[in-house]
Amino acid sequence: MTNAWTPDQPIVSIKDVHKSFGPIEVLKGVSFNVRKGEVVCIIGPSGSGKSTLLRCINALVPIEKGSITVEGQEVHDAALDKLELRKKVGMVFQSYNLFPHKTALENVMMAPIHVLKRPREEVEAQARRLIKKVRLEGKEDAYPGELSGGQQQRVAIARSLAMNPDIMLFDEVTAALDPETVKEVLVTIRELAEEGMTCMLVTHEMGFAREVGDHIYFTDRGIIVEHGPPATFFSNASDPRTRAFLSQIL
Amino acid sequence: MTATRNHVSVTSEGVAPARGESGYMAAAFTPKMLAGAFGLVAVVVLAGEAWAQLNSGAGQAGIMTTLWKWTPLILFGPKGEFGGFVLNIVVSFLAMAIGTISGLVLGLGLISKFGPVRSVAWAITQFFRNSPWLVLLFFVMLLTPFQIRILGLSIPLPAWLKATVGLALPIMANIAEIVRGAVNSIPTGQWESAESLAFSRLQTLWRIILPQCVKRMIPPWMNWYAILTMATPLISIVGVNDAMTLTQDALASEQRTDLLMPMYALLLLFFFVYCYPIARWTIRLERKYAVRI
Repeated sequence: MTNAWTPDQPIVSIKDVHKSFGPIEVLKGVSFNVRKGEVVCIIGPSGSGKSTLLRCINALVPIEKGSITVEGQEVHDAALDKLELRKKVGMVFQSYNLFPHKTALENVMMAPIHVLKRPREEVEAQARRLIKKVRLEGKEDAYPGELSGGQQQRVAIARSLAMNPDIMLFDEVTAALDPETVKEVLVTIRELAEEGMTCMLVTHEMGFAREVGDHIYFTDRGIIVEHGPPATFFSNASDPRTRAFLSQIL
Repeated sequence: MTATRNHVSVTSEGVAPARGESGYMAAAFTPKMLAGAFGLVAVVVLAGEAWAQLNSGAGQAGIMTTLWKWTPLILFGPKGEFGGFVLNIVVSFLAMAIGTISGLVLGLGLISKFGPVRSVAWAITQFFRNSPWLVLLFFVMLLTPFQIRILGLSIPLPAWLKATVGLALPIMANIAEIVRGAVNSIPTGQWESAESLAFSRLQTLWRIILPQCVKRMIPPWMNWYAILTMATPLISIVGVNDAMTLTQDALASEQRTDLLMPMYALLLLFFFVYCYPIARWTIRLERKYAVRI
């Protein structure tokens, strides 16, 4: 942790972040940096603070101590314009959270129109391109209730991308899906990664993390136990906790 | 009349063919219930007729004739005046409109992020939810002047308008609770995803949360409308020419004890015919929205 990997220009910089929910300290001093275009996978047992960490980055959850900067801007700052920050950071959730009263296309179009105040025609054209990109052509007018979990999750990804974010956060986006549909979502994320999108994923998909991730972080009980590029991380884990976790999962 | 009601429910069943079972229930239930209500009135009227024939000699009009004679007055009020059952309905509409709009504002106050706003909204809600309607009615009648002066112009405040405001207050508080409950029933994931898309709190409420609440709010809202309508005869106590007042006036001018039951039964029937379809419709909507949220 102290010998943290240092990039040339971190797009996200996390330093000694602490976060508690009541008496439970979820994050106990987490630090790392993310370079632009990097794909970072955070793995670890449930309750180790992975999701909380992601939520801190777009200020959904306030932190108590430490510092998080996104493109040089401090997130842990009372005067921060959270809405400006969130325009740069897209987030996709485990439970999709599509707006059920809007069609797939409307879900993608809402934020650019109402938040960014961009012209409707332009937004619609972009939204249709994004729906096509996530391989849901023809589902533009379907309501979330009419789509499968994997389809909903891909709409959610398109919805985030419509804001043209610099960073995408994925919070266990495949955890609620059945094995067959996991793949279609992972394919979409991999394409994004290949296009150079900076991605931070909390995931239990070890195969995917190994294949797509540039750097793996293993968290347990609020700290980063071990990290490294997938090749060394998965084959030469040194910490006994990491090895125990990996032996259970792989 | 029975046939007409039957027709209506069959038509609305046709609108929602997917709900075969509930549609069947409504279609089977409605005429039966209405028949029961008509039966009740018929029994009362016949009993009254029998009583009248036993007690009175010639020279007195029959009960049905008498009821028929007074029906226009009770329904539409005295000629050239605003009153009768129509007034009850107008008051119920207006009180509901005022109560809904102010209740929406109050309900948003209940979920405000700003503590003092929340406390004030909470106090107002609790006060008006837990006050007897009749006392509130007197309170408003006595507190507000007979007329208000704006720019030298004196505008009279008719008693029925003041009574409407009096009835709108408890409705406001109950609607506020409905709004609060509906907003809280929307999964937090909706707030989170809206937040992460950089929607402001107000935008999230207006564009994402409240549209999803409407469905959940309609059945309880309609329920309160029916309750309010049934409570409108309260305003007869504060000197308004509503259907209740006029029924009492009619009885006073007839001076016949055998008319008491039939006259009030007729008034009950007016309210029943108006409120019962609302109640059925509410149940149907509740069922419909319970299936798919």
